[in-house]
Amino acid sequence: MDDLYREIIIERHKNPLHRGSLEHASICFEDENPLCGDHIRLELRVDENNRVVEAVFNGNGCAISTASADLLIDSIIGKTVDEVKAITKDDVLDMLAIELGPVRLKCALLPLKVLKAGVYGVQQATDDLIEGEPNP
Amino acid sequence: MTDQIVEQTLKVEKIRQDFPILNRKIKPGVPLVYFDSAATSQKPLAVIEAMDQYYRNTNANIHRGVYTLAEEATAEYEQARQWVADFIGAGSTREVIVTRGTTESINLVAYSWARHFLKAGDLVVLTEMEHHSNLVPWQILAKERGVRLEFVNMTPDGLLDLDTYHQLLAQEPKLVAFVQASNVLGTINPARQMIEAAHQAGAITLVDGAQSTPHFPVNVVDLGADFFAFSGHKMCGPTGIGILYGREHLLEAMPPFMGGGDMILKVELRNFTHNDLPYKFEAGTPSIAELIGFGAAVNYLKSIGMDVIAAHEKEIVTYAYQRLGAIDGIKIMGPAPEYRGGVLAFTMEGIHPHDVAQMLDRDGIAVRAGHHCAMPLHRKFDVPASTRASFYLYNTLEEVDKLADSLVKIKGIFS
Repeated sequence: MDDLYREIIIERHKNPLHRGSLEHASICFEDENPLCGDHIRLELRVDENNRVVEAVFNGNGCAISTASADLLIDSIIGKTVDEVKAITKDDVLDMLAIELGPVRLKCALLPLKVLKAGVYGVQQATDDLIEGEPNP
Repeated sequence: MTDQIVEQTLKVEKIRQDFPILNRKIKPGVPLVYFDSAATSQKPLAVIEAMDQYYRNTNANIHRGVYTLAEEATAEYEQARQWVADFIGAGSTREVIVTRGTTESINLVAYSWARHFLKAGDLVVLTEMEHHSNLVPWQILAKERGVRLEFVNMTPDGLLDLDTYHQLLAQEPKLVAFVQASNVLGTINPARQMIEAAHQAGAITLVDGAQSTPHFPVNVVDLGADFFAFSGHKMCGPTGIGILYGREHLLEAMPPFMGGGDMILKVELRNFTHNDLPYKFEAGTPSIAELIGFGAAVNYLKSIGMDVIAAHEKEIVTYAYQRLGAIDGIKIMGPAPEYRGGVLAFTMEGIHPHDVAQMLDRDGIAVRAGHHCAMPLHRKFDVPASTRASFYLYNTLEEVDKLADSLVKIKGIFS
């Protein structure tokens, strides 16, 4: 078995911890990668202190994008929205800990793209937002 | 036409030796299994050497120089055009326009013929199984000129519904443009009948031959096509070269597509006189080495025999249909093997095509995952994407076994 499909990726894809939908979401956003038909929706509930108390994802995607979504949600629960805004591409790649070619990189980063668009309240997250450049 | 009965079967082990890339390993001990010929085929030595030879010995620009190299290059280039013309049964090289590929060939018809002869409200009939290259040029035209587009439906089996075709023909379309063999479903459409019916309805026909010309005998005169587009790189030739065949009287009546050198006879500051066919549509320095390589490719295919290649692919695709069809959770898209060429697209329950393709790559198996430039087709079948194995003359039944075994293994990992 090579690294790309290391156990945690397959496991999170098969049995994600955070798949579902929320009754009272404060932030919802979805996007797709039309090239491969991946479609991801994120729902977050943020409390009065601007802290993420609940977060889930749903949609259809490959193992890389679902595992990435699930791990990303792991990392944002309990964080403030500002802290979520500070998450970068490298943070996601560190969590996945796999070597990705350019095509699969898009799969891995789709959840982050959706998250960034949601927390920044923009139509589509620019590369700057994903790379983790200073606030636009 | 020769009518000899083909008893000869393809000697695949001998053929494989003609393709240097098939010797390579994807990683130590894992040989390449190349199942993506519908995207682009591998190249035999004959093609690689023809192009190498041209650059080493003959390279010069064509049609103008009077020195030895230029004359030789021109002769080789025009000889290649003749070979390709013969390969598709074109009556004259005047009807064989050199382009960069199928996409450019179709765009040539859309930009030159259609913009000159179609007006708002005119009907263009396409099908639901078109590749984006025979869809988007017409969508652009529809937006720009108000031309109306209608689509021949597909049956759930992935065949064209000829009843809807005849209903659309009753609306007197000006153009019918369709794919002869689907790049996803493998479906081979009854092109000759469809062309005949279109002509009876008074329509001009354009056939996308990108997936047919490489795989079975095609004769454009026999088919009756008015325009026929195909690419070199899917049939053992190099990339960047393709052909638009067109009937001479249509090509004569069309305005030039692109302007520049070679497509002119005379240029003044404010005027030009265009060149004769086929040069009228060939502005600028063409892909010279590529056409020479394409010429070598059609000669190579001819030496094996297109009927022999078609029979070999039929055997492979029939076997693959059985092997993959027997794996629980695999759904094959498109019709039974008897209606299809060497293409097999499928979905695996619960496993995304990207994951399937990436995992197959670990076993050295190259397949395509995605929508294969046919998004509306996938929407029709209600799947976002599929995995596609496509076969050619160099593939073997043992390779299909490897594919099936690897898929079973992947299924185990994901379940």
